[in-house]
Amino acid sequence: MKSGKFWAWVTFILGAAYFFIPLIATLEFSMRMKRGEYSFEAYRVVLGDARFQESFTFSVVAAIFTIILGVLLVVPTAYWIRLRLPQLRPVVEFVTLLPLVIPAIVIVFGYIRMYGSSSPLPFLASGFGTNALLVIGYATLALPYMYRAVDTGLRTIDVRTLTEAAQILGAGWTTIIGRVILPNVLIAVLSGAFLTFAIVIGEFTVASLLNRPAFGPYLQNMGANRAYEPAALAIIAFAITWGCMSLIQVLSRFAPKSASRPN
Amino acid sequence: MTDISLSGPSAADKTIPPGARAMRLPTQWLGAAPFIIFALMFLILPTLYLIIGAFQNADGAFTLQNIADLAQPTIVAAYWISIKVSIASSLLGAFIGLAIAVAIVRGGLPNWTRSAALTFSGVASQFAGVPLAFAFLATLGRLGLLTVLLRSIGFDLYQHGFNVLSFWGLTLTYLYFQIPLMVVIIVPAIDGLKKEWGEAAATLGATQWQYWRMVVIPVLWPSFLGTFILLFANAFGAIATAYALTGSSLNIVPIVLYAQIRGDVLHNANLGYAIAFGMIFITGLANVFYIWFRTRSERWLK
Repeated sequence: MKSGKFWAWVTFILGAAYFFIPLIATLEFSMRMKRGEYSFEAYRVVLGDARFQESFTFSVVAAIFTIILGVLLVVPTAYWIRLRLPQLRPVVEFVTLLPLVIPAIVIVFGYIRMYGSSSPLPFLASGFGTNALLVIGYATLALPYMYRAVDTGLRTIDVRTLTEAAQILGAGWTTIIGRVILPNVLIAVLSGAFLTFAIVIGEFTVASLLNRPAFGPYLQNMGANRAYEPAALAIIAFAITWGCMSLIQVLSRFAPKSASRPN
Repeated sequence: MTDISLSGPSAADKTIPPGARAMRLPTQWLGAAPFIIFALMFLILPTLYLIIGAFQNADGAFTLQNIADLAQPTIVAAYWISIKVSIASSLLGAFIGLAIAVAIVRGGLPNWTRSAALTFSGVASQFAGVPLAFAFLATLGRLGLLTVLLRSIGFDLYQHGFNVLSFWGLTLTYLYFQIPLMVVIIVPAIDGLKKEWGEAAATLGATQWQYWRMVVIPVLWPSFLGTFILLFANAFGAIATAYALTGSSLNIVPIVLYAQIRGDVLHNANLGYAIAFGMIFITGLANVFYIWFRTRSERWLK
């Protein structure tokens, strides 16, 4: 058992080294912009760059719309599947897993060919339509995570009893979903939302192929043309991802662990 | 409860599978209609469009020429390097991730290592794309910290044939999200191993090795394999990291497809569809293998 513990430490430390060295190296590199001293010059340049602010804002807005679309799409569906259509569950679960199997570049390629300006549904003919398609594409990419998060949340509440109680009190379907189910799975929904945010914020493929001025293409462009700023951007991106994941962890402490069913 | 107050035209009729027509309340299906329509319009039909296009010529007639055209050397090379990077990064990621997971769950390490590793894995598994490429350029690029440090102690990575813009450079970079993804998924599976099984095995006189071979590995096998397939698809479809890291110096399939979508570099739109079809075919095939293995191992477990 002694040697087992020794090897466990070796594995852990080697793993930690692999994961921390790039972070340290990137941080160090990002602070070398001024010759001969460490400074936050690269961060100052990046944060002051108008194109950074514009593309970052664009991606934040896109992420927010993606989250809204994702919630509107997933919460009622997952709820309905649990309540009325359990026979459809395997199909829906399979569909929600497809974006993990079909590469994003293939999905967006399909969009470009199907929704071009001369097609019956010309999403790509206008800037607004293209933005809408971008949000739709992101919602598709985030579907596996959002669906899983919401479905896990629904598992911890008694959907049927809540629905019956709400119906007895005269609630319609919108009221039931918006004011009974959603608040009960809010923590799960927020977890899915932050994960969606982390995925969308620096996404490159879809934004680039749809020619949107998003953060991902901006990052790529900086990488091709600058030396120190990309390192600073990598640290910023890591911090954002860390922030989203920490919020999910904090939220999960508030999540109910099991259904509180009345006898 | 059988009286559902859901009114509205049965516009969802189209979405009803034939077998369900006998159901008393077809309005039930209306609740799932938005999702089904969304999935059809923005996931399934666009993919089918490409798949069908892969078997058509410019005039829309059926042909296998596009698939045959995939055999040209540049495309074959692109698929080959993609498959190699994906297999290498998912195999290494799966085994290293498993080793780390076993170490933090079963290795007798203090509790903080487990929570630290899990938290960090959650972050790192989502830290991909362009920023990840920047991080590895800052580490192992020609001016990267590790390269410079190793050179200062007399070991020049680049003189020894290493290049971050290469097969191994890309694999090493992909491992940064592959390993944590394995850790995140496999830790709950290892947690599911009951202590009693180990005791039962020991009572029956099993050695540690027999316990692992006959209990642990068969139980973990489906999750392990499933995650391996997921890692493979994850690496195979990824483009942002490779594109930011290597530009177009390492032509993996997604980069070829990206160039084709942007500027029809192959001068044949339907060949682009065929490349996309090839990608779906490979990730799909991986999943068929997974399902096959899984049903086999589950049958065996029962």
